[in-house]
Amino acid sequence: MAEFIRFDRITKFFGALCVVENLDLSIAKGEFVSLLGPSGSGKTTLLMMLAGFESPTSGAILVDGSAVNDVPTHRRDMGVVFQSYALFPHMTVGENIAFPLQMRGVARADTAERVRRALDMVQLSALADRRPSQLSGGQQQRVALARALVFEPRVVLMDEPLGALDKQLREQMQLDIRDLHRRLGLTIVFVTHDQSEALTMSDRVAVFNKGRIEQIGTPRQVYDEPGTRFVAEFIGETNLVEGVVEAVEGQEATVRLASGLRIVSAVTGDLAPGGPVHLSIRPERIQLAETPAEQRNCLETEVADSVYQGDHLRVQLQNAVHPLVAKLDRRSREFPPGTKVYAAFSSGDCRIIRP
Amino acid sequence: MVLRLSKLVFALLAILFLVVPLIAILPLAFTSSVILTYPMPSWSMRWFTELFTADAWRRAIINSLIIGSGATILATVLGTAAALGLRNRLLRFRGFFRTMFLLPMVVPAVVLGVGMQVLLARVGLINSYAGVIVAHTVVAVPFVVVSVSGALAGIDRRVELAAQSLGAPPVTVFRRVTLPLALPGVLSGAVLAFATSLDEVVLTLFVAGPNQRTLARQMFSSIRENISPAIAAAAFLFITVTLLAGFAVILFRSVLARRR
Repeated sequence: MAEFIRFDRITKFFGALCVVENLDLSIAKGEFVSLLGPSGSGKTTLLMMLAGFESPTSGAILVDGSAVNDVPTHRRDMGVVFQSYALFPHMTVGENIAFPLQMRGVARADTAERVRRALDMVQLSALADRRPSQLSGGQQQRVALARALVFEPRVVLMDEPLGALDKQLREQMQLDIRDLHRRLGLTIVFVTHDQSEALTMSDRVAVFNKGRIEQIGTPRQVYDEPGTRFVAEFIGETNLVEGVVEAVEGQEATVRLASGLRIVSAVTGDLAPGGPVHLSIRPERIQLAETPAEQRNCLETEVADSVYQGDHLRVQLQNAVHPLVAKLDRRSREFPPGTKVYAAFSSGDCRIIRP
Repeated sequence: MVLRLSKLVFALLAILFLVVPLIAILPLAFTSSVILTYPMPSWSMRWFTELFTADAWRRAIINSLIIGSGATILATVLGTAAALGLRNRLLRFRGFFRTMFLLPMVVPAVVLGVGMQVLLARVGLINSYAGVIVAHTVVAVPFVVVSVSGALAGIDRRVELAAQSLGAPPVTVFRRVTLPLALPGVLSGAVLAFATSLDEVVLTLFVAGPNQRTLARQMFSSIRENISPAIAAAAFLFITVTLLAGFAVILFRSVLARRR
């Protein structure tokens, strides 16, 4: 896909504090990209720079081939949705949605028609004459969404738009926004600190840490093939164990753990023997049995605790050296604490993380 | 029970302490006697007639209205601009500027008056309407700054950012979003400014000439010359205008609040 937005070596300082450091990022037209990271990782600042609320200390932001650094916000033609909704409290829902059209000098009759369609789109047609304060949080956010989409901006920017909603509503809105994205072919840049939200909605996820992008890829890539320890730990839950590469044969490597135990892991790319690495093993990939399994990797361990969590069983495993967490199918049998078990997983379930 | 009762008594006493002077003076506005004293022989409206027909009093009322309106407009515009500027977090010496804007509230009016007289004489504005308006503006601005700052602090900055992103240039953001949202504060500030100007005597003594005698100033001098009940009538007028303005603001704010 053609590149539509490009951040070219963007750096941003607030005083002496560097919040975004020499960052490059390209976004294609029609793409849904999430900026995911903990608070203070620079993701919101990057979005604010794209919207024109902040300007980069150095570097260029290009939209559709031309630099927008010096273009003021009101001429950037981007719809922004905030976590706090940011509706105009002194205007009705209809007036809120009409606002961007009035700013563009759209004819009155045309405005009314487009407002009506936007309200239809977010299923709020009956509430056009209400004030924002008379709406629930979810309704307010839908109004904000309609207002940001009604003028058909070239990009839609969302800053944790669902953060203030409760879980059920949030999940519904995630699907609604994803559906709008597909139907209207929108280009969306979405900031969130919620990894499951990023995985659910995005074409690509950019994982932020300390002002840099640690990894960018499809949800499947960042979850299954984390490139760094930070990504492995931030996205989903994982077991990280330290070890040293002992041998590399083709697509597999043998890693010796501190306990002397050897684990065979799949490898992508070059890997030299002798170096220290981390192994990441997702809890849901681990199987438990009371007899040794035939899998490549099999650790003898002991159940420390087992918690029923409705949709899965969470089992804490403990032997002298390697504490592990396993998530089992809710229908699998429960092991009482103290049971000796074998934790088994294939080489493909491991991921080697270079230091 | 005893505690609650004593609280109530204390509250009533405190209120009484504040309004007794008003209770003492206001009925005298309706006396038929020629001197400002109790007991009142009978009720009469003659002093209100006097107020609106006697030349000195009529001029004073008109002067108060001219100077009050001028000072209110000027103070509201300047105070609102100051409050908007003080909102900028990146402003250097923000605390210093804020203090400077609020200073006229605490500086003794006598000191301000002397300085103002010297300064206005220099620029040729002494004994002129413009001079008195400027003087009153100086003491009225802090009220507007405080009131508008309070209103602005209640506005979510992201609402203004949203307006920008939706295509509104800065002036339009101010006109369509910031000002309407801050309007209750601006109006309260304007009323306070008007009341301040109406009430101001000390600065007026220093900078006004005989032609700019305001109502307050006229009361001040006539209480020494002749203790005419016209003073009480003027006081009544004062209170009424101030209360009406206050009620108007409260009414307007509640209408605005209901619309939100």
